[in-house]
Amino acid sequence: MSADLFDFVLGLGDDALIAAQRLGEWTSRAPEMEEDIALANIALDQLGAARLLLTYAGELEGAGRDEDALAYLRGDREFRNCLLVELPNGDFAVTMAKLFFLSAYQLPLYDALAGCGDERLAAIGAKARKESAYHLDHSSLWVRRLGDGTEESHRRMQEAVDQVWPYTHELFAADPAAPVDPAGLRAGFEATVEPVLTEATLTRPGDGFTPGGGRQGLHTEHLSFLLAEMQVLHRAHPGARW
Amino acid sequence: MVNPREAAAAVVDPEIRVITIDELGILRSVETDPATGRVVVTITPTYTGCPAMDVIRADVRRALAAAGHPDAEVRTVYSPAWSTDWISDSGRAKLSAAGIAPPAPVARPNVVPLTLAVRCPRCGSPETEQVSRFGSTACKALWRCRSCSEPFDHLKAL
Repeated sequence: MSADLFDFVLGLGDDALIAAQRLGEWTSRAPEMEEDIALANIALDQLGAARLLLTYAGELEGAGRDEDALAYLRGDREFRNCLLVELPNGDFAVTMAKLFFLSAYQLPLYDALAGCGDERLAAIGAKARKESAYHLDHSSLWVRRLGDGTEESHRRMQEAVDQVWPYTHELFAADPAAPVDPAGLRAGFEATVEPVLTEATLTRPGDGFTPGGGRQGLHTEHLSFLLAEMQVLHRAHPGARW
Repeated sequence: MVNPREAAAAVVDPEIRVITIDELGILRSVETDPATGRVVVTITPTYTGCPAMDVIRADVRRALAAAGHPDAEVRTVYSPAWSTDWISDSGRAKLSAAGIAPPAPVARPNVVPLTLAVRCPRCGSPETEQVSRFGSTACKALWRCRSCSEPFDHLKAL
């Protein structure tokens, strides 16, 4: 049971960590100052959740690995994040599509964790859901603005949704032994996402292509590059402090 | 020796330096371990990624050391999750005086929400608008007053 729980918590921690790293790439490069601050703030929230989850995962494993060891000293095949979060940022529409789908999954997930039997996960869920609600609010605002905006913004937002949508299926892969089975969150996710897409005059993509494998450590080629940048300092100077 | 509760409660928030951690509601308890006699201070973060937590922990330890408790322990808890409803009335008044509009009460489920205008902390006008949902720290949003044209921070209800 503890090994299963370790994998589950590690997956959620890795989702948040890799999402934080990707969002952080926008810092100083966002389309406007306010958005730069918003993306950095959201990245910080994700990092905060990642630290709590990875710390707990390390304790469950019982092998003496702390949050830093898990974040900086694992190779790509040892990461358990979903593919969605490791995908490149693309243009602003792709970033917003990724954040929209991620937060529409994380919000009900954290909400369900808040009521689960595991005390630590319940505390993390109760804390993180408040922040996820802001992320969902912010990203759905942009999806509506861009989708129902100009011809060009509509075209790019639709392309972004089409590109990212297949990666949402992996989020809801069944895990009946987990404190919260992600399969049970799919209906709520669709009930959140579909009205926003409709209001944004966007078409919900079909469900034919369903890439996955992240939870088993099988990633896209993008993760290795992300990790190389995230881990380089720690690997070059192990244990360095300042 | 200064009362440990008073010493911890007087520590100011490092990012909003007009308000104490007690007024902000992040100081959860100050207790003395009956077995060891050590003071145990429990705090909770506003946001999970709040970068001020390390500074707050260090400031609490320093304040307690100065009050005669050099071996005080600072614990961090995440449950129950912090809410802006925990900010005290004196805290709200200090935020407002510092040009930061305090948060409205958090909406409760099954209660009809009453949307109150965010008042400009400088001129008091309710004619204000949100510029950005995120601000200089995780807990703030950026607003602007349409009456006096001044931009101001607003502590987001959470």
